[in-house]
Amino acid sequence: MKLSGAVVDISKVDTRFLRKLARELGSSNLSKCFQCGVCVASCPVRWIEAEFNPRRIMKLAKLGLKDLVLQNDFIWLCSMCFMCQERCPQDVRPPEVMTVLRNIAAEEGIAPPNLMKLVDMLSENGRVYPIDDFIEDERADKGLPEVVAKPDFIMKIAEAGK
Amino acid sequence: MKYAVFLGCTIPSRQINYEQSSRAVAKSLGIELVDVGFGCCGFPIEPIDQVKAISMAAMNLKKGEEARLDVVALCPACGEMLMKAADILGKDETTVKNVNNLLSKHVGSEYRGENPRVIHFARMLYEDFGTDKIKNLVKHPLTGLKIATHPGCHYVRPSSLNEGFDDPEFPHSLDELVEATGAESVDYINKNYCCGGSILAVREGVAKAMARKKLEVLTEVGVDALVLICPFCGIMYDRYQKLMNTELERKFNIPILYYPQLLGIALGIDPEELGFDVNSISVSGLLEKVGV
Repeated sequence: MKLSGAVVDISKVDTRFLRKLARELGSSNLSKCFQCGVCVASCPVRWIEAEFNPRRIMKLAKLGLKDLVLQNDFIWLCSMCFMCQERCPQDVRPPEVMTVLRNIAAEEGIAPPNLMKLVDMLSENGRVYPIDDFIEDERADKGLPEVVAKPDFIMKIAEAGK
Repeated sequence: MKYAVFLGCTIPSRQINYEQSSRAVAKSLGIELVDVGFGCCGFPIEPIDQVKAISMAAMNLKKGEEARLDVVALCPACGEMLMKAADILGKDETTVKNVNNLLSKHVGSEYRGENPRVIHFARMLYEDFGTDKIKNLVKHPLTGLKIATHPGCHYVRPSSLNEGFDDPEFPHSLDELVEATGAESVDYINKNYCCGGSILAVREGVAKAMARKKLEVLTEVGVDALVLICPFCGIMYDRYQKLMNTELERKFNIPILYYPQLLGIALGIDPEELGFDVNSISVSGLLEKVGV
């Protein structure tokens, strides 16, 4: 089913998904969403990509239609600019809802591979972009101070539970 | 004035022009920046695992508190992540429990409410140092330069984490900082729109189209440079401008400067110390125009 148009099949409600959303801080105001569409009107991604519709994502999530919410990459298209969060009359905080939905998708192994790789980068290097010999030389040439190349506390946290 | 400087991952490896110019400007203004061994803020993996992301931020907050210094972040996303983590850890017991389970098991540490003041470098210049003092220290006024500012997203939003600072929809502090150099800050239509950087890894085409939209508007308006304060915005508008110039028929030529690079020129700092060699779009025309 396409994630557009008004009709949805509510027989597919996932109650565990709904309970999870109710428990998480980031989605605690989702039930207040009254579908005004201010989020869509404020969205810089929507300006470019008409397929992206945060209002509809809020609606499907609020109804507990997990499969529809997660079936394509729409939840990953929010750029986290927080403009809708500033304007939402119901304090739904759509970017924070997106983070909750993304964490659920990642737990199920359906996050974009490029983003999953970041966790591996952090467990290997403690940094998203490693400080290699080339960069160390460039920094030294410019008189920049040494930085901790591999912060071990970050590596340990990234590695946890893997 | 003394701060613990938070560089994050992107700046010290991929946008060292931002770091170099920030350190040069701080030195010139008598602001001491101390490195206290911070690591990744956690922001890059927040979409994958928020508990891990907040745990990373929590460890960094502890380091800031241990140093007994305010934390100055060059990257607005790092700053926002640290502030958000302190906020969530201050009000959500479940998160505190999850974070401390992880930290005690894997790092041998615990978060105990450490909450140093965290602000962005530009906010520090604006609020703690002050634009009047900057104006008095300008040796080389940039009169005649038409500058567009790109405040970006996390510098002022969400406003719940930035109470009392600037306007979340129409921020003006960066414009005032630009005008303190003698340059003119020019208004334009999509000034407060996101650069697209955060979805580059998901859909590159959409991210590039977002960046292109602003470059198109600025070409119409006619500006000498776009000034910004975020490494992701820098990559989108500078590196990707150059990349798009190889892909598109329409060529853009809008120099992208980090604010400390612009301020550095006005303070009379040698351009060699401001990292212009790292900029993808040449700034030589602009330097010529201001006579340095």
